[in-house]
Amino acid sequence: MSSLIDILYIIAFALFIYGLMGLTGPKTAVRGNWIAAVGMVIAIIATLLLPHMSNWLLIVLGIVLGSLIGVPAARQVKMTAMPQMVAIFNGVGGGAVALIAWVEFNSSNDYQGLPAYVPVTSLFAGIIGSVSFWGSLVAFGKLNGNLPGRPITLPRRIQQVLNLLLLVGAIVCAVFAGIGVNSGWLIAGVLVFAAILGLLVVLPIGGADMPVVISLLNACTGLSAAATGLALNNTAMIVAGMIVGASGSILTNLMAKAMNRSIPAIVAGGFGGVTTTAALGGAGGEKSVRQTSAADAAIQLAYANEVIIVPGYGMAVSQAQHAVREMTKLLEAKGVDVKYAIHPVAGRMPGHMNVLLAEADVPYEQLKEMDDINSEFSRADVALVIGANDVTNPAARTNPGSPIYGMPILNVDEAKSIIVLKRSMRSGFAGIENELYYNPKTAMLFGDAKASVNEITEELKTQ
Amino acid sequence: MFLANLAILVLAGFVGFTVISKVPNTLHTPLMSGTNAIHGIVLLGGLVAFATLATGPLEKVLLVIAITFGTINVVGGFLVTDRMLSMFKKKPEAKGTGHDE
Repeated sequence: MSSLIDILYIIAFALFIYGLMGLTGPKTAVRGNWIAAVGMVIAIIATLLLPHMSNWLLIVLGIVLGSLIGVPAARQVKMTAMPQMVAIFNGVGGGAVALIAWVEFNSSNDYQGLPAYVPVTSLFAGIIGSVSFWGSLVAFGKLNGNLPGRPITLPRRIQQVLNLLLLVGAIVCAVFAGIGVNSGWLIAGVLVFAAILGLLVVLPIGGADMPVVISLLNACTGLSAAATGLALNNTAMIVAGMIVGASGSILTNLMAKAMNRSIPAIVAGGFGGVTTTAALGGAGGEKSVRQTSAADAAIQLAYANEVIIVPGYGMAVSQAQHAVREMTKLLEAKGVDVKYAIHPVAGRMPGHMNVLLAEADVPYEQLKEMDDINSEFSRADVALVIGANDVTNPAARTNPGSPIYGMPILNVDEAKSIIVLKRSMRSGFAGIENELYYNPKTAMLFGDAKASVNEITEELKTQ
Repeated sequence: MFLANLAILVLAGFVGFTVISKVPNTLHTPLMSGTNAIHGIVLLGGLVAFATLATGPLEKVLLVIAITFGTINVVGGFLVTDRMLSMFKKKPEAKGTGHDE
């Protein structure tokens, strides 16, 4: 029986890897996802064949409950709410790891008679899993609006010392639990210290860094799954967990690079906080902005040769992608060349904008990545910014004092004229004032992105 | 046993790096969601624990929760990824052939 299980596991690995390879191209991605899912089903069936498998009713109960919660959640989530959905699915994975570590401690009678690697890997998994669970819950809360998106911080030094103490606390508890000190309080200490650490690490992180955080937590859950696999001697968990750990690290690194931020700086809560409040406080009402109307914006757009649309989170929030596509079609009918400039971290996750625009049937070839489009802004007659903020802020290039200084941005300010659709003058998720809005070339059209785009479309129709 | 598993771990890490470093930016969110679904493999941990560990009432409750969490991770993860990816499928209106960038 055990060799049958191994063979099924090997088939499952092959399907995971083949499926992931499929996920790397748009044509094969849908199939790739299902191939990986089939791999998962095979891995689950193989595991159920383990000798001494017991408590079938409880297993079925868990799987049914999970499906009853997971299926409707995945079916009904709006495309705009995807990032928080990924955060919460990631979180429950980490939570499962933490619970398994707890059970392992309890049922092995403090790891008696087990080789040293079991407590080490199991407790490591427990710490990371617990951090991932609670951190993901905070990320979910922030993205979903249950918690304020703005960074919630203590003074930075205190925060860092506190985080360090919590980590040390979790590790000390883990060491004592690992060397066989017999107390249920120790495992509770491990999980609770790690939980508070997870909360405190993510709470001070501002929205602009949230994609990096979700990706990082995703990688962490993968690693903790691999560690659980080592502890339980289960190769399927080792392979699948480690692949996720590796991919998550790549994504995290990539996103951090796109924002010119280092992962340690993000995790240490170095963003937002003090500098942000100072920047907010310093933003007096003296500088003036120029307001425009939908009618004026429509005329400007209709007589342009080249328009570059810069979408951001605001477009996602107001579900404006279809309206934007409508407007674009009208512009194209008038002979305007329309392109979309996609910043790598626009929205809340890399690729977020691409998914939304693809949903609205925007052709792939109109979506330009930052490096390809940046040289084109100087030729564009109008740059239309729809709910994007921090990724257009020229302070990233010009103001060394700004928290986002050095982050690559879209050179929106180089366009001949700029129209910004925005709900209000409130600063973006990162909480930083955007100088772009005070540029004499910039006209602001205040209001909900979807409503504004629809108004422009109506105006275009009358012309 | 542990060393063999460690070897598998290291190799799996390299497989992850090589397979995934080739993904175009556009597919990063679906990829993140897809890998997210794959770490739902933690579900197996709950099953293995039922097969190999001695469990009292508390442990049983914890494991049922763990299996529930793992199932949410797997089922929700794959379904959400599928929904995201179906946005990229060829649509009748889409112009040109540029779907494979």
